[in-house]
Amino acid sequence: MIPSRWKEAFRKTAQGFKRSLPILLGVFMLLSLASTLIPKNLYSKIFTGNQIIDPLIGALVGSIAGGNPLTSYIIGGELRLQGIGMLPITAFIVAWVTVGVIQLPAEALMLGKRFALMRNAISFVAAVIIAILTVLILGWT
Amino acid sequence: MIGRIVEKVGASGVFLFFVVVAYIILGIIDFEVVLNTLPVFGRLILRIFPVLILVFGIMFLTNFFFKAESIARILGKGSGLRGWVLAISGGIISSGPIYMWYPLLGDLKEKGMKDSLVAAFLYNRAIKIPLIPMMVYYFGWSFTITLSIYMVLFSIVNGIVVERFARGGKP
Repeated sequence: MIPSRWKEAFRKTAQGFKRSLPILLGVFMLLSLASTLIPKNLYSKIFTGNQIIDPLIGALVGSIAGGNPLTSYIIGGELRLQGIGMLPITAFIVAWVTVGVIQLPAEALMLGKRFALMRNAISFVAAVIIAILTVLILGWT
Repeated sequence: MIGRIVEKVGASGVFLFFVVVAYIILGIIDFEVVLNTLPVFGRLILRIFPVLILVFGIMFLTNFFFKAESIARILGKGSGLRGWVLAISGGIISSGPIYMWYPLLGDLKEKGMKDSLVAAFLYNRAIKIPLIPMMVYYFGWSFTITLSIYMVLFSIVNGIVVERFARGGKP
């Protein structure tokens, strides 16, 4: 016989999951679509060489793309080999893992619209600032 | 009419409905693209499944061992330094994609977890200890250490600013 405390905890957890499942499924579908539609070599074509605009482009692309951090390191490494500066690459890597445009609707539904919008907007700005600080402290360009 | 549908299926159901509609429209335009997403979707589900079980397990244990009042005490107002340390270390240790943790965080938020700690947890999801060797391989030790330190520091800034703005400037 399962104690009622266990049953109650299971029921609460299952209810929470049931609420979240359609959102998670929607996010999986959007991520699969983005992964299929965005070719990997697209990233290297969008940087201009401008030290002010490129970090913003890096953060913007990182925010939209998202996914496994490992993929961002691989793309970042490839971009570096192609001569792209570390400023946009860092902004790209940081935004990739901290900002999520694709999962924004899911975040807004589960954690609140205002919270999700503010968190992502602040994380976007922070990605650019962190990139500038990291490159400055390391003396890289 | 729309209000009644949203009430019946919930905002999450409406969200999924729009994604399915987007797929149908895309399928009409280019069916091959939709077919190409299927293996990507399958791989994603397979990769995510263990994390889903982990999150379910943590949610179950939280519901079993903690009442809303104790969550509010540990991670709510007045949680102080301990709350920050828990949120930052929890974010770093947690595995899988960020969106898998929304259900748990939404649950904890309802029970009293502060917005600043939710934001700090989510920000520190960016620091993944098992992936550090890969980052070192691509960018070197100095870059990895500097970036990781900045990420932890900015997670606190992020949390404080989000807390202030998410509540419309109210303390």
